[in-house]
Amino acid sequence: MMHRWRPEAPDGPGWIWADGASYFWDSTRNLNPNPVNKIYTDADAALADIQDGATLMLGGFGLCGIPEHCIAALVRKGVRDLTCISNNAGVDDFGIGLMLQGRQVRKMISSYVGENAEFERQLLSGELEVELIPQGTLATRCMAAGYGMPAIYTPAGVGTEVAEGKESREFGGKTYLLEMAFDADYALVKAWKADRMGNLVFKATARNFNPLMAMAGKITVAEVEELVEPGELDPNTVHVPGIYVQRIVLGTQYEKRIEQRTVRTPLS
Amino acid sequence: MLDKNGIARTIARELKDGYYVNLGIGIPTLVANFIPQGMEVQLQSENGLLGMGPFPWEGSEDPDLINAGKQTITTLPGSSFFDSAMSFGMIRSGKVDLTVLGAMEVAQNGDIANWKIPGKMVKGMGGAMDLVASARNIVVAMQHVNKAGESKLLPRCTLPITGLACVRKVVTELGVFGFDQEGFVLLERAPGVTCDYIRDKTWGHLSSTGLEPEIQWA
Repeated sequence: MMHRWRPEAPDGPGWIWADGASYFWDSTRNLNPNPVNKIYTDADAALADIQDGATLMLGGFGLCGIPEHCIAALVRKGVRDLTCISNNAGVDDFGIGLMLQGRQVRKMISSYVGENAEFERQLLSGELEVELIPQGTLATRCMAAGYGMPAIYTPAGVGTEVAEGKESREFGGKTYLLEMAFDADYALVKAWKADRMGNLVFKATARNFNPLMAMAGKITVAEVEELVEPGELDPNTVHVPGIYVQRIVLGTQYEKRIEQRTVRTPLS
Repeated sequence: MLDKNGIARTIARELKDGYYVNLGIGIPTLVANFIPQGMEVQLQSENGLLGMGPFPWEGSEDPDLINAGKQTITTLPGSSFFDSAMSFGMIRSGKVDLTVLGAMEVAQNGDIANWKIPGKMVKGMGGAMDLVASARNIVVAMQHVNKAGESKLLPRCTLPITGLACVRKVVTELGVFGFDQEGFVLLERAPGVTCDYIRDKTWGHLSSTGLEPEIQWA
């Protein structure tokens, strides 16, 4: 996407007044023929270098806020032996369920995987490995990676089978488990809006794990519903600064499937 | 005996003005229907919303706006969205005043089992382990006995544990139960249920004077 020139720009360098503020118009800088541009033509291009055996983070809660175009591109690419870190595993014919159908996933790290028959079949047959971890632990292990911390302590799972083999430590008389930050090759997230610098804004509860994973990936690919020009996102409302995001894809015709459509009846 | 709504209505008496409350899936969800008129309570949905509103009117469902049960919902004036780490941050740091969840078993020391049945497909613990490990005030809403007729209030859990010594109160169709050093304490009986009947259905240690009052709703 090209940088759009301000129509009121003067011919040479100098101060201009626009949008209620004054700017120094530096023709050299603004005529930079290679402005920062993280936008890829499509999800296939953005995911072209993902190899078999990669560890991926995928944002979303249930089917809400999942990177559906990235998942479709992974299915087209046919990359296999993947380790997927995602709160859920989709349903049979949508979300990560589509990757399971193609036997692309070797291991799932999730907190809840209940809505998927193919998942169950592969798990029981031993084709698929699953590591179930508490949802808050999953979120915090993503957060730790994005904040550059190697590990965190959490009380979740103390005294349960989740604690088996894990280091624990007491603080103030209460026991906590040591949980490691995730180490993922790619984070695939879904945002509402982005600019070419990679700044992200999420919508409603489609935010969920997406900002945490965006911050945690070595390479973060964000697919978005809307691309805007730099300056159109209010810096006060940016949820993830572009420094964390390497690749942006504009998605179209989002399906956004609803898992449990519940409505109010006039009498209730 | 109480029905599911009766259990929810009994638990709703725990609510106070200004409370932040997390309601689990099943009977706990029904507690939202019994928030007293004029009381301000904000419901936390651990997928990233404080101030959960009712289901949307038909035609205005938003796929980007769901609760932790993946149901379409709405916001209310004063609602806020946040990411999953912040959501469990407010749970872990004890900001949520009341947590209501279902259970398969509760032990007389307050242990809870509600995530896994050996031999059956394991779906996962979701946020349950985080909630029971950290929440200050945990109330369990469940049936008193399982489908095989066995008590779910036990000396110790037989199923894999979700959290240790964390339950403060249990409400079943038979009554309201607290805890002391020895085990369960009967606090109130459901209408028409005798203390002897409750004792018979409670396999964990139960303290009862035989004079516990029937549950009253305001």
